[in-house]
Amino acid sequence: MAEIRVQNLVKTFADFQAVKGANFTVNDGEFFCLLGPSGCGKTTTLRMVAGLELPTSGSILLDGEDVTFKRARERDIAMVFQLFALYPHMNVRKNIAFPLVSTGVGREEIRRRVEEAARTLRITHLLDKSVSGLSGGDRQRVALGRAIVREPKAFMMDEPLGALDAEFRHIMCTDLRNLHDRLGATTVYVTHDQLEAMSMADVIAVMNEGRIEQLGSPREIYDRPASMFVADFIGSPPMNFLHIEGTVAPGDNAIAIDGARIGIPVLREGSVETKLVLGVRPEHVTLTDVGSVRGEVFGTEYLGTMQIVTVRTPRGVVKARIASSIPAHAGENVGLAFQTDCLSLFQAGSGKVLASALHDSPMAGVSHG
Amino acid sequence: MSAVNSAHSVVEPSGQAKLVASVLVAFYALVSLIPLVWIGLTSVKTPTDSISYPPKVIPYVHFQPSIEGYCNLFSTRSRQTPEYLRSLPPPQGACEEITRSRNMVVVGPSNYVPRYINSLIIAFGSTFLSIVLGTAAAYAFSRFKVPLKDDLMFFILSTRMMPPIAVAIPIFLMYRELGLSDTRLGMILLYTSVNVSLAVWLLKGFIDEIPREYEEAAMIDGYTRLQAFWKVVLPQAVTGIVATAIFCLIFAWNEYAFAVLLTSGAAQTAPPFIPIIIGEGGQDWPAVAAGTALFLIPILVFTVLLRKHLLRGITFGAVRK
Ligand SMILES: Nc1ncnc2c1ncn2[C@@H]1O[C@H](COP(=O)(O)OP(=O)(O)O)[C@@H](O)[C@H]1O
Ligand SMILES: [Mg+2]
Repeated sequence: MAEIRVQNLVKTFADFQAVKGANFTVNDGEFFCLLGPSGCGKTTTLRMVAGLELPTSGSILLDGEDVTFKRARERDIAMVFQLFALYPHMNVRKNIAFPLVSTGVGREEIRRRVEEAARTLRITHLLDKSVSGLSGGDRQRVALGRAIVREPKAFMMDEPLGALDAEFRHIMCTDLRNLHDRLGATTVYVTHDQLEAMSMADVIAVMNEGRIEQLGSPREIYDRPASMFVADFIGSPPMNFLHIEGTVAPGDNAIAIDGARIGIPVLREGSVETKLVLGVRPEHVTLTDVGSVRGEVFGTEYLGTMQIVTVRTPRGVVKARIASSIPAHAGENVGLAFQTDCLSLFQAGSGKVLASALHDSPMAGVSHG
Repeated sequence: MSAVNSAHSVVEPSGQAKLVASVLVAFYALVSLIPLVWIGLTSVKTPTDSISYPPKVIPYVHFQPSIEGYCNLFSTRSRQTPEYLRSLPPPQGACEEITRSRNMVVVGPSNYVPRYINSLIIAFGSTFLSIVLGTAAAYAFSRFKVPLKDDLMFFILSTRMMPPIAVAIPIFLMYRELGLSDTRLGMILLYTSVNVSLAVWLLKGFIDEIPREYEEAAMIDGYTRLQAFWKVVLPQAVTGIVATAIFCLIFAWNEYAFAVLLTSGAAQTAPPFIPIIIGEGGQDWPAVAAGTALFLIPILVFTVLLRKHLLRGITFGAVRK
């Protein structure tokens, strides 16, 4: 098992920069997730770590050894591809054995390890089947089997659940995480699905347009988004943004919106821009009669015990996640109250968050590279 | 809403459509088969029957089948006086008997077998070479950054834009200078150079369809690119390779013009040889038909053996999963 260190990694295709200086460290045994929208450079980053693509600049260290320009086969990394890439002309057993055959391991040993991997993934009954008849979930397991059989230093997975239907994806998430906990293998997992990332990862790197916007535990990323992009990308529904004008200085603990004062965590940093954005998670919004920010209920979405109420305010649309028992009717005029210690304040231009008391204590389980 | 009542499927052709299609196919097959049947029939006629008018069509009714054509195909004969023939020991085997009855004796084997062997060597040799070169080039064009890739591919295609025979004279002169005239090697190289462009284009299409992830997976799992090519790409390209090989083989096997021009003896193939079997009297059509009938067999066997691959390959990956 191994630690992966990625430093200032850049990849340029012709005149297009797909990865713009990525820095991160995946600790030994960590489940690391690269999360971002389609086309943001996740796959490219993963392929460089795996050795399928050469970086334009920057370096990749595996257990301290510089492997930036080493061939894929010399890195001892296993990869699971989005469409699994199972060899159609080999049966399941041969597919799983394939990585071992190249290492010159004896026939008996191969047999033993293939069967062990199959047992781990509970696919022993599939071993002598052809891969073409397998369901998506079984293909997924065979692809995983092919990855774990060699006991590599690290696993790379590129949207391995992307081809599965939603229901099954959920089961596989749990299975994958369990597998990881059992093997303790360093894993880099690429996905565009925030739920997958949030439910599996130890550390998430949120990528946008070739840059890593934030690196942190799922909780940190959710509670303390470093930028408007992250705040908007994570959470369902995402964070609400209230657009305001004004400036703030270090030490401020409130901002003015339409003459009312809204309490915020004490700022550690002042603004340089005059357009600001207040970020509020839907679960930190409550409906009150006296709230200073007011709006009209636009619609409600019933979710069982909770409901999502959409309120149109002059500062932007706000979605509130509140108990279903609270009455809210379309067209009604309501006031909004926010949970002060959970709010984030961003500068509209750069999209960056302003440091505040929210960011004071380091969160557990975070590693910055 | 009439569709709701009728039980027919929207994707399956109706029984009527199938019937019409079957009749059309059967009719077309029949028309295409007539020349082949005619060749087969002629090969078992006597020379006289073969040129009689009105034609004799049905064996045992219109004419008595004979193996004379096949006898003549494989032998050379010379005419003798009846006195000489009488002085010979009795004929051995049916062929010699037929020959004697025509006042001739067998003086030796004909050149048909060596010509046929030349055809086999040259056609299969050039097909093999075209496929090897074509696969290698197609893989490179498909997977690597080749400078001027599109121009090169166009250049390769452009070699097919005129009939190959248009360059017959330069090739004739060139081969004479190089000592390649009337050699099997020369013919193999010539047919390969014609076929390799077809092979590159067809095979590139097939290899493009094989996802790169397969090789990448193999390369991550400890294989070199060459090993990945052998173990992962090639097995999946078999269908395309077989289809391409059949096209190459058919061209090389049937090629006539260059064969006439460039071969006359040692390396002569069957196509230029078969017509000259007709003999001095210009009457030995059964022997020509027999030579032609036997000439059809290898392609038939090759195609039938590989038809499973061929059918999938000819659709050019349209039904690939
Ligand atoms: N081989 C390539 N040549 C040119 N552009 C590429 C290549 N691979 C990826 N890109 C571009 O780089 C960007 C990032 O791609 P990718 O890493 O696949 O994104 P993601 O996996 O996050 O969806 C995309 O805009 C894509 O079009
Ligand atoms: Mg991707």
